[in-house]
Amino acid sequence: MGYELEFEKPLAELEKKIIGLQRKGDRLRPDEHKQLQEAERELRHRTEEIYSNLSSWQTVLVARHKDRPYPADYIRLICDDFFELHGDRAFGDDHAIMAGPAKLDGDTVMLICQQKGRDTKERQFRNFGMPHPEGYRKAGRLMEQAEKFGFPVISLIDTPAAFPGLGDEERGQSEAIASDLYLMARLRVPTIAVVTGEGGSGGALAISVTNRILMLEYSIYSVAPPEAAASILWRDTAFAPQAAEAMKISARELQALDLIDELIPEPLGGAHHNYRSTADHLKAALLKHLAELKQLSVEELLEQRYQKFRNIGRFGRVQAPVAQG
Amino acid sequence: MVKEAEVPSTAQTPSQDQTKPAQRPGNLAVKCPKCKEMLIGRDWEKNLRVCSRCSYHFKLSAYERIELLVDPDSFVETDSDIISVDPLNFVSSSQAYATRLDEERESISLNEAVVSGHATIENLPLALAIMDFRFIGGSMGSVVGEKITRTIELGIEKHVPVLISSASGGARMQEGLYSLMQMAKTSAALAKLGEAELPFFSLLTDPTTGGVTASFAMLGDVILAEPGALICFAGPRVIEGSMHMKLPEGSVTSEFVLQHGMIDAVVHRRELRQTLAKLLRLYTGVDRSK
Repeated sequence: MGYELEFEKPLAELEKKIIGLQRKGDRLRPDEHKQLQEAERELRHRTEEIYSNLSSWQTVLVARHKDRPYPADYIRLICDDFFELHGDRAFGDDHAIMAGPAKLDGDTVMLICQQKGRDTKERQFRNFGMPHPEGYRKAGRLMEQAEKFGFPVISLIDTPAAFPGLGDEERGQSEAIASDLYLMARLRVPTIAVVTGEGGSGGALAISVTNRILMLEYSIYSVAPPEAAASILWRDTAFAPQAAEAMKISARELQALDLIDELIPEPLGGAHHNYRSTADHLKAALLKHLAELKQLSVEELLEQRYQKFRNIGRFGRVQAPVAQG
Repeated sequence: MVKEAEVPSTAQTPSQDQTKPAQRPGNLAVKCPKCKEMLIGRDWEKNLRVCSRCSYHFKLSAYERIELLVDPDSFVETDSDIISVDPLNFVSSSQAYATRLDEERESISLNEAVVSGHATIENLPLALAIMDFRFIGGSMGSVVGEKITRTIELGIEKHVPVLISSASGGARMQEGLYSLMQMAKTSAALAKLGEAELPFFSLLTDPTTGGVTASFAMLGDVILAEPGALICFAGPRVIEGSMHMKLPEGSVTSEFVLQHGMIDAVVHRRELRQTLAKLLRLYTGVDRSK
């Protein structure tokens, strides 16, 4: 996969050395063979060191990595019989949202995902994973369908934001998101959301009002894109790294704040180094949480979900005025 | 998690007389930002701070709006002592969030961007939460979310309708994901209100944007807007940026969202009170036991 991110430079250099030595194959001298082993060990060690200490901004770069697995990749690796459903039955079909039923370990679940697109053509087709109102309405329609048939809903989240166009305002982007929040709050099936890449503000939250919120180790979840926050509070988008740090948007920081239910570990160097391994961890986490949620009655599910969001917030109180005199 | 923290010294203890109107400009002139007409203070006040020439609706503070809408002396404020803390130790190049909070509380004499409580309109009871744009641009952080949620829960408890008046630049970035989650928290409370078969009336004022629009503001059983209010998800500049075009005049305002089927009515400020009274009469007093 390579080490292309700025902070991965030392890893890129080691990899270059390793590849150079590996090319020699059988012609490797004993001392060169030793060098190769040391370099491989050093690469693993440096990767662990760097990746166990990623800053918020570095996490953003990994979450946005062009080779990072997308929900479609996870579906392919962990589910069977995925059948994509289309349309909102009112206006159109939004390609940033990919959704439909699938078998997860033998049971049907309703998958609701955001898909960014791998190459230029696909990115345009999927609008870079930025849904329009019809995408949120498709999601809502399928969540209601899941409820009708008793399918758990699993959301895989990876979006920079809901798309901010004029047409989106015309078609009610805010109403579409709000309606999904309202619907999800009282959905009578177990629900789990996993942020696999970018949790882009309201556009992500719309499909994330769930019994459990999980995040892959190097994913992010933010109230606003760091660039937007930088533009407003630092008056310059160049301060996006500072904005990311200040808002504490990485999965690790959010776990430390008790805002998520589980951090799913990624392979050394990030998910893009091993799709299979990441998918296995993701599947295991999903099955574990599903098993727990299936123990609950519908009323218990609803109350747990309500209390989960009810309890999010930090505030204080004014002290009683001190008596004068 | 809901946490209670130490109290900063500038926090306002709720005074008894919060519904007293703000200092009136009297003979002073006020310039309309839209049509540039000079308005005489006294007339402007009489006209409910609406430009008599172009009907531009000036912003109202929360207490001014409450006084405008509810029966005299009927408003009982709740949770006025809840204040924001700084959960992320947020510092930007312009300012530290903690400092901003202190300064805002001091200069505006308001503890947060929303005032909550219950009252009557033409003797009909309701729970209400009225936002105030002056406090950090009406942005929604933990406290705004908490107070709005408590207002909705009060409605459920007292079995009365809920009114929320929005005025907001969106979610409060200084509280990170805590702010975003208030969108879910408030919407979930409204879903419970709906299950209790109680109505929610949403009033949109200038401006209503971002995470507030994309959560409780757009979930009203009836959604009203004042004329000419900016009502949108993404702001005009963001829309222009994403589309590489200039927005035409009057885009993403009350009239625009009405035309596109997103709200129920645009109501002039002088008719708001009687409109709400009518809605209260229509939506309550139905005996479902028959």
